[in-house]
This record gives sequence, structure tokens and C-alpha cells, in this order.
Amino acid sequence: MSELLRIEDLHVSFKTDDGIVRAVDGVSLTLSAGETVAIVGESGSGKTVTSLSVMGLHKKGQAEISGSISLSDHGVFKDVVHLSDDEIRDIRGRAVSMIFQDPMSSLHPYYKIGNQLAEGYLVHNPGKKKEAMARAIEMLDLVGIPEPAKRAKEFPHQFSGGMRQRVMIAMALMNSPQILIADEPTTALDVTVQAQILALLSKLKKEFNMGILLITHDLGVVAQVADRVNVMYAGRIVEEGPVDDIFYSPLAPYTLGLLKSVPRVSKNNERLKAIPGQPPSLINLPVGCPFAPRCEFKQHSSESGCNTTRPELLGTSPTHRSRCHVPEKLRSELFAAELKELQA
Amino acid sequence: MLKFIGRRALFAAMTILIVSAVVFAIFSFLPFDPASLTCGQRCTKQIIAANRIRLGFDQPVYVQYWLFLSGIFAGRTYGAGSAAFSCPAPSFGYSFNENACVTDMLRESLPITISLAVGALIMWLLLGIGLGIVAAKFKNRWPDTGSSVFVLLATSLPTFVTGLALLIWVSIKWHFIPLSLNGYTSIFDNPWKFCVYFILPWITLAIAYAAIYTRFTRAALLETLGEDYIRTARAKGVGERVVFFKHTLRAVLAPLITLAGLDFAGLIGGAIITETIFNLPGLGRLTLRSVYEFDLPVVLATTILAAVVVIVMNLIVDMLYAVLDPRVRIT
Repeated sequence: MSELLRIEDLHVSFKTDDGIVRAVDGVSLTLSAGETVAIVGESGSGKTVTSLSVMGLHKKGQAEISGSISLSDHGVFKDVVHLSDDEIRDIRGRAVSMIFQDPMSSLHPYYKIGNQLAEGYLVHNPGKKKEAMARAIEMLDLVGIPEPAKRAKEFPHQFSGGMRQRVMIAMALMNSPQILIADEPTTALDVTVQAQILALLSKLKKEFNMGILLITHDLGVVAQVADRVNVMYAGRIVEEGPVDDIFYSPLAPYTLGLLKSVPRVSKNNERLKAIPGQPPSLINLPVGCPFAPRCEFKQHSSESGCNTTRPELLGTSPTHRSRCHVPEKLRSELFAAELKELQA
Repeated sequence: MLKFIGRRALFAAMTILIVSAVVFAIFSFLPFDPASLTCGQRCTKQIIAANRIRLGFDQPVYVQYWLFLSGIFAGRTYGAGSAAFSCPAPSFGYSFNENACVTDMLRESLPITISLAVGALIMWLLLGIGLGIVAAKFKNRWPDTGSSVFVLLATSLPTFVTGLALLIWVSIKWHFIPLSLNGYTSIFDNPWKFCVYFILPWITLAIAYAAIYTRFTRAALLETLGEDYIRTARAKGVGERVVFFKHTLRAVLAPLITLAGLDFAGLIGGAIITETIFNLPGLGRLTLRSVYEFDLPVVLATTILAAVVVIVMNLIVDMLYAVLDPRVRIT
């Protein structure tokens, strides 16, 4: 598998009136052709900020970005962090595309679907109007829009939510990018439509040999389509690993908390097991582990460093790493017991 | 579409009927005798009483109202015999104060008001939208601050101050533009003279309205720039200039047109202060004078005219909106 995207030690911070918000604090991850890598986390964990950085969509002067985002532009690697505005614009929609959470508001209400799709092609292939429209219709057909030639002449409000997300996907694929970033692509859709969109994304991933970076807070979606998972908390990756490891043998207390808080039908008399407390403010993070105030396993940490030092991303396996001061062996035993109880 | 226009026309007719009835009723129940206006200084009670009967002012209010309405379609003849005079259809009555048919008076003042309103509209749209674009494009930088200063000044200065200031400095002290003593010239006869005649009133009105449009355009543009579909455009690789001038500006157009249509309709009703300052014999001044002098037929006519303009402009705005915004369909 050829690597398409390598994010290394990415830091993104925003200056606000209250102080500097460190939205992304040292994130590293990779994405290869043909795989789906998920970034999971709750609101404000930095997952969307990370994805917008890859697209270079942060406003200059508002966001302070450091680290490197090395991205394959059809074989040629470019560092998005250090490109000029025009160079990033040239990559957007061609080497890397993005689909967004709300398909209802992500399409321009005043332009016809076909024109909106064609525009994405024309930007990178100026003057080829005929090809652009033919390509638009071809893409609409590919994402499963019936009567694409007729529908291309319609406006977004004439499409249902699921159809609009298909249109967004078609738009993202106009220039056959190698990387697709999907930011909560199913959150705004009905559950039945969600499954269709996820199946479509998986199908297209194979057809285009793309790498998909999937941003979501929905563990169900992750289980369904992801190959590898990065769990984010307070701007950092707290656990990374193959999807099965994350679900069956999680190592970060936060990941366990997420798994425990998924509602289960069989235990409908039970209250939801929410993680106690709130995520910390990203303006003045505590010196210790950001998750420490909410963590149930603090007392198991031998050196009791939870409140004084930030844990490193470590693991006995090179592919499955996590951040926690509690010894990994002890953690896996404790968590296994918890998971067993959960499944009983 | 035809059904829509038909329904709106019916609605308009009803509105106009109600408006005219209310104005008619207000003036009829005032303790004032319209017949007293019908003769000059050497008036006697006998002449007034005779005129009252001759002109139908002795009849019940609803009969008088009916006579007024039928006059609009059939024309109207006052008096009888050798002293009779008539106003042909559409007749809005006869002004005894001015000794003229109201329709003729409207015919003289309407072009002036329309010229004033259209010129000012063009000016304030150019100025207001232009400044709004600049302010949004350079948000929080000096052009934005500059436009805020203009907005603040223009909204806080009443038209009688800007109008008088322009008149005093530009016309009287600096002699840039001669005082318009020789009166109104149609744009078709002499476009240059027409523009010179109207330029100061246009500027006066445009400044006041442009401030509102600057603020509106700036706010609407900045709001639209935060929309998801603008982010989508950027994600496609569309350049910043096209994002701004195509995607963003397009979305702001429809509400701007609505605003402009309604403001324009309001102006046709009469820009009384501006017309007074610059001595323009337009509808506003006609209305003002007729109210002062209890000239009922003129008040009625100008009120109805204003109502018609507002209704018609609303209709036009609705239809334009349907053209500009594909989500709106007229049924």
C-alpha cells in the first residue's frame, strides 16, 4: 500500500480574546491508498480542525499551524503547511477532496447541481466546459443518482438529504482525488440512509483506490468502515490502532469510556454510562494528563504522575499505542474485565 | 403565474378600495365644509349653500363616495348648464383650491417624483452596495472603518441638514450647480439640464439610503461568507475572488432587491422634505399642501396612488424574488 498522507507533529492554535486555544496539539497519523482511517472524538477534540488543516482551509492569520502535512499530489509529495495560497488551492478538489457533515447547507442554494459539480472540474481544467458537464453527469450516475442528466439541471432543494450527500460525494470525486476527507458524512442523515452512504463510500474507495480519512464521533460508523482508528481527546491522539484492537482490547481509559457509553438495546432498563465530567478547556490545559480529572483508573497509576506529567503515546505493539500512566499490562486486564461485564 | 397575478390584483383592488374609503371617511367626518372652498373672498352663506347642492356635497357620504369611485372610470361633470365643467376619466375629482382636475395635477407632479426616486435609487444602490462590498472584503481594516464612519454620519444626519448644506455650499456659495430656478426639464428634452436639476436632491436622498444599504450589504456578505456552501466552494479549489464575487454576492442579491423595491415604493409616496428643500413640485409637496388646505380630492388621489405603488412594487419584488431564488416558486 502506498502512503498518501503523513501528518507529523501537527499543532494548530487559535488566538481568541480569552487566550490561545490549542485545538490540535502534536497529532501524527498516516493514510495509505485503499484504507479508511478514522479519527474519533467528541466535539472540540480537534478532529475537524485536523481535517481542515489538511485542506488548508484555515484562515491565514487566524490559525497558527506548525508541524508537517505531507500529501501526495498524484505521486508528488507536498507539505500543505508550507504551501502558498495558490498552491494549496491547486491541490484542493484535485489531490484531496472533502465532504462535510450537513449536505443540506453544503450546496449553494442558487446554482444548479450540474453547474456546481462542473465548477469543481473547471477550476482545475479551465475552459473545458463540455467535458466538465459530461463528467458531472457521469459522477452523478456513479454515486447512484437516477436520471443524472435530468437531475443535473435541478437545484439542491429538489434533492433529499441522502441524495444531497451523494451529490457532495460526486462533487468531491470530480477530479479523481487520491485522498478523500469525510467529516461526519452521515451525522445529519437518517440511519437507513447512513448505511447506504457508507456502502457507497466503501465502493468508491475501491474503485478510485483512494485513502479515506473519516472524521466521526459515531463508533458504529467506525466499526462498519474503518481499518485503523485514531482516538482524539483534547487535541491529542490518545489511542491509535487497528479497528479490532480498538473495539476488543482498548488501552486508553478514554476509549473504554467511549465504548461503555454506547447505548445498548438489550439493557434498556439501565442508565447510559456517560463519561463523568466535561472535556477540559483547550485554553489552559492542566499540566498532567488532560483526561485525569475524569479518569476512573487514576489510582492504578504507580507513579501517580497523572496530575503532573502528560503521558506519551506508547505501546508494546508498534501498531497499537496509547497514552496512559497506568502500566499497559494492568490496563488490559482491568479493561478486559470491564468489557466482559459490559457484554454480559 | 397568471393565477398568481390575478389573485394579487384582486387583493390589490380590495386594499385600494379600503384605503380610499378610510381616507374619504376621515375627511367627511371632519367638522369642515368642502363647499366653503368653492367661492372666493366675497363669499356669502347663500352662495356656499347653493354650491353645496350644485356639487353634491349635501348628499350622504356613501353617495359622494360612489360618485368619486364612478368618476375614476367614467369621468365626472360638476355643476350644470353654462357653469358646468368636467374632468375626463380617470377623474380623481376636482380641486377647488387650485381650480384644476386632480388627475392633471398628478400628471404634472408624478414625473418629478419618479425622476427623483429613480435617480436616487440608482445612486444609493451603487454607493451602498459598493461600500458594503468594500467593507466586507476589508473587514476590520481601514476601508471598513471608513465605511462605518460614513454609515454613522449618514444615518445621523437628517435629510434637511444634508440637503440644506448641499444647497448652501454647492449651489449658493461655490456656484458649482446653479439654483434650479427655471424649473423641471424632461430627461427626453434635455438630459443634461435634467441631471443638473436633480443632482443635489438625488445626492441628498442617496446619502441617507446608502448608509442603510452599506450596513445591510456588509452584514449579509459576512454572514454568507460563513455559510457551509462557501466552505464547499473553497474545498473545490475555487479562488477567493470567485468565492466572493460569485458565490457570496449572488446569495446577497435577492434580499437586497427586496429592500430596494420597498424603499423605492416608499419614495414614490413622496420625499416631502427633499422636495420642499429643493423646491421640486413633486407628489410629496402636493400631498403636504393638500393636507394643510383640506383639499380632499388631492389627498385622496395621492393616498391611493401611494397605495397602488406599494402594492405593485410588492408584486414586482415577489416575482423578481422567484426569479432570483430557485427555492421560491410562485403558485
